[in-house]
Formats: sequence, C-alpha cells, structure tokens
Amino acid sequence: MSALEAGTVLEPQTYPVTRAHLVRYAGASGDFNPIHWSDRVATSVGLPGVIAHGMFTQALAARAVATWTDGADVVELGCKFTNPVVVPDDDEGVEVVVGGTVKKVEDGLVTIALEVTCGGQKVLGMPKAVVRA
Amino acid sequence: MPVDSSLVGRAYPASRPYTVTDERVRAFAEATGGTWSGGALPATFPIVLAFDAMFDFLDAEGVALHRIVHGEQKFAYARPLAVGDVLSATLSVAGLRQIAGNDIITTSSEITDADGAVVCTATATLVHRAPGEEEQA
Repeated sequence: MSALEAGTVLEPQTYPVTRAHLVRYAGASGDFNPIHWSDRVATSVGLPGVIAHGMFTQALAARAVATWTDGADVVELGCKFTNPVVVPDDDEGVEVVVGGTVKKVEDGLVTIALEVTCGGQKVLGMPKAVVRA
Repeated sequence: MPVDSSLVGRAYPASRPYTVTDERVRAFAEATGGTWSGGALPATFPIVLAFDAMFDFLDAEGVALHRIVHGEQKFAYARPLAVGDVLSATLSVAGLRQIAGNDIITTSSEITDADGAVVCTATATLVHRAPGEEEQA
C-alpha cells in the first residue's frame, strides 16, 4: 500500500469475458436475466446481442482494485453502466481492461478513479473505489 | 406500461436471510475469474443480497426481468462482510423518472446483519426498457 500516492497510475489489468463466464456468474450471483445468456431475448429488447452482467464488469473492476491494494477493505465502490459489454458466442469472447489512478489519499482512505474499457471503448461511467489504506 | 410513480418512498419486505459461507464466497470469486481462500470478500459480493431484494421488488410490481438493464450500482460499506454473517436486504424505491419511454428506477437496499446493524447500503438504478423500443433501436 505504500506505493499508493495521489497521482500513482496503476498497472492496467486485462480480463477475458466469454459466454461461459456469464453463465457461471449468473449461477454465482443469482442474476438469471436472459439478456445475459440468450441472444433471442437480448435482441428482442433492442440489445445488439448477449451482454455481460453490469455487475460482472464491476466485479472485474473490484478484482483490479484488490490486486493493486493487496485486498484492502473497500469502503465505497460504484459506477454507471454506460455501454454494454457485448459478448459473442465464440471461444475467445472479449477482453475488459481495468486501469486506475490514485486520486486522493486522506484520513486513511485511498480514492481510486478507474477506467474500464472493452475494445477501446469505455463501458463504465465514473467508476470509483475508496479503500482503507 | 410505465411503472407506477406512487412507488417512490415505498419499502419492501426484507429478503430471506442469507448465510455467507466459504463455499458461496469462493464460488462468487471464481465466477469472476478470481480465487478466494479467506480474507476480504469480493467487494461486489453484497450484490447477491441486493439482487434478492430487487427480484422480489420486480416480482411484486409485475416487471419482466428481461426488460431490466442495470444503469448504475454503488455500494457503501459500514463494515467488511464476513463469512458467518446472516444477511438480509430491505429495498426501498428512492426515485422514479421516465426518459424516452423507459422507466429509470432508483432503489436503495440496506443490507443488515442478524443484529439488525447495517453492513452495506447498495444503491441501484434499474432501467426498465419499454416494450416497443426494439422497433426503434
């Protein structure tokens, strides 16, 4: 944690996302919304195809935070889901990249601004984590 | 059909108690490609509780799950979750507005432990996609 100072740019973390991940996440989280596993249902509500659970993407962001902070306790975590992560029905899937910059270290709390992209496009709006240093 | 605006301020019954176990935490961590063998729980783990409360809410209001897209999610943790916690979530509707025929529903779920102490507050914005949008998309 000693390396976390305001302005520190954290090592981007890259995570694969395949349909298999989404099925497994549905089971573990209890979110069985069919837009995350059925192209038929996803397209019927105007989506381009099966999309990752927003919370799956946020979980990846949280994984990156845990990696950077050696599993520090998280006090706040949040984001908007601004662009869907569309996951094709193939073996490769897509990659989500989580970057982060330390914005503030104050009163034992570290605020990290995140940047979460897929295919070069931001998928989360104002993702942020506050951890206890 | 838009969601009834009189829902704002309404609180729903607490979700059924959920016991945090090693197995459930490990399954959650592995489902996001990680591992877990003790220590801090994955930060988004409380979504399991929040989802329980959200699904009960959607059921109660007759909203079809497949028309819901997650718009925003925030967690504020009063203390770290721990294995052995028996948790329950109580959802209330904090706000409701319509944009382009879609309902934007803001919910707040207080996740409490067996003593009734708040462990985490999960704030979610749910976008209810209006039927017919697919033709415009």
